[in-house]
Amino acid sequence: MLLEVKNLKTHFYQEGLPVKAVDGISFGVGAGEVLGIVGESGSGKSTVGLSLLRLIDLPGKIVEGAINFEGIDLMQLPEKAMRNIRGAKISMIFQNPFTSLNPVFTVGDQIAETLRFHQGLSRRRSRDKTIEMLKMVHIKNPESRINSYPHQFSGGMQQRVMIAMALACNPKLLIADEPTTALDVTVQWEIIKLLRELKDNLDVSIILITHDFSVVAELCDKVAVMHNGKIVEDGNLNQVVQRPKDPYTQKLISTVPRIE
Amino acid sequence: MNQFKKNKFAIFGLVVLGLFIFLAVFANVISPYNPESIVESETQPPSLKHWFGTDEIGRDILSRVFYGSRISLTVGFVAVVIAIIIGIVFGALSGYFGGFLDTVLMRFVDVMLAFPSIFLILTIQIMLSPNIYNVMIVIGLTSWMGVARLVRGEFLTQKERQYVEAAHAIGASNLRIIFRHILPNAIAPIVVAATLGMAGAILTESALSFLGLGVQPPTPSWGNMLMDAQAYMRDAPWIAIFPGLFILLSVLSLYFVGEGLRQVFNPKE
Repeated sequence: MLLEVKNLKTHFYQEGLPVKAVDGISFGVGAGEVLGIVGESGSGKSTVGLSLLRLIDLPGKIVEGAINFEGIDLMQLPEKAMRNIRGAKISMIFQNPFTSLNPVFTVGDQIAETLRFHQGLSRRRSRDKTIEMLKMVHIKNPESRINSYPHQFSGGMQQRVMIAMALACNPKLLIADEPTTALDVTVQWEIIKLLRELKDNLDVSIILITHDFSVVAELCDKVAVMHNGKIVEDGNLNQVVQRPKDPYTQKLISTVPRIE
Repeated sequence: MNQFKKNKFAIFGLVVLGLFIFLAVFANVISPYNPESIVESETQPPSLKHWFGTDEIGRDILSRVFYGSRISLTVGFVAVVIAIIIGIVFGALSGYFGGFLDTVLMRFVDVMLAFPSIFLILTIQIMLSPNIYNVMIVIGLTSWMGVARLVRGEFLTQKERQYVEAAHAIGASNLRIIFRHILPNAIAPIVVAATLGMAGAILTESALSFLGLGVQPPTPSWGNMLMDAQAYMRDAPWIAIFPGLFILLSVLSLYFVGEGLRQVFNPKE
């Protein structure tokens, strides 16, 4: 197992009382695997993603659990060592590509920055690598687009840039938090296609956090269904989608619109 | 940029400011006389020989005003740079980290604001020797609070933006996020504050010099020229008018430029 999470609990405190956003969940992701974490809004699925990178800010706190990544318990690492993991070994992309990119820097600068401070590449080398990454996510004319600002890109292209940035340092694990939700339907499928292609070509595992079973069905090997901070059902994709055991899972699957 | 061009006042301000900067930089080349030497035996009204007249002991006012702009603009600029740096550090730490640190830093800002700063400046100037460097530092040290509050507010909104979370997710440290990721997004209001702050610093410098605790004679500054002129207001008003006019114009044009910049950065208003 590349990643093994045991009994993870992340709580947010409101006036002293805990809100149990993630309430004791365990799961694992193998090398090259894609795990889908599915749930409705408020089920705690995004909190899982942030907890894995230890990006929970006050009033939230990871109160319990172990996050074993490549044999190391991330919970035990000092903050500085954790920073060397973020972006280099585990990356994350977010729902809103328009707000996830810094508006005052060119997309090239933002990708190159990651490369420079994680891998210590020179300006020239990081620029070459940035162009290579933009090519990989199918952005046309990367040599000139490298100097564009985020607002000069469409939503789909911004998400491609985010993916390029996340994968620039060859991470072992990519956490994609609702990567297609904010995009047009047609663009959604392009991004899913891209993720599938990258998964096949690169040695990267993906945790896909989404509310959309159709996205899961396209991309994932395994699924975990979350409800009220707990995993109510998990297993292989076919098993969960075709023979759901839990009533909540059944309800969730029945909400996916079908063309009959 | 176009919006700035449309603002006639801002353009006027920029032109006047450019002219003053030119005068300040080339004061030694374009001044017809040495500003500190007595070139006439008595006070003279403006004439072709002395465009702005001569002062109470016969020095050329035009030359003194030119050299004075060098002092006033330098003091204003350096004081603002000091104020901006302190303000950014206080505001950024306060807004970004919040919590107890925020409370401590902001209460310190309140205390600083509660001091009548002109008395604070006067006291410090009396204790130290009143020279031009102390003037810059003292003005800088007493005028950063507004910037700190402004930067804090900017950081409070910016830190909630998702690019900050994304920066955390690629492993950037807090300091890196503060100065490399957030600060460039907060630069617009800081530039506006710097422009307006420089006007304030020039006024403070003039006031200090007027009270005799700023730039010391015989070095000319607009403020100490006004002080010298007091006694002769009735008989030789030109001694006061020209340095006064330069103070007015420089402060006014800085305000115009600042207001123009504010409009450009804040198109909603």
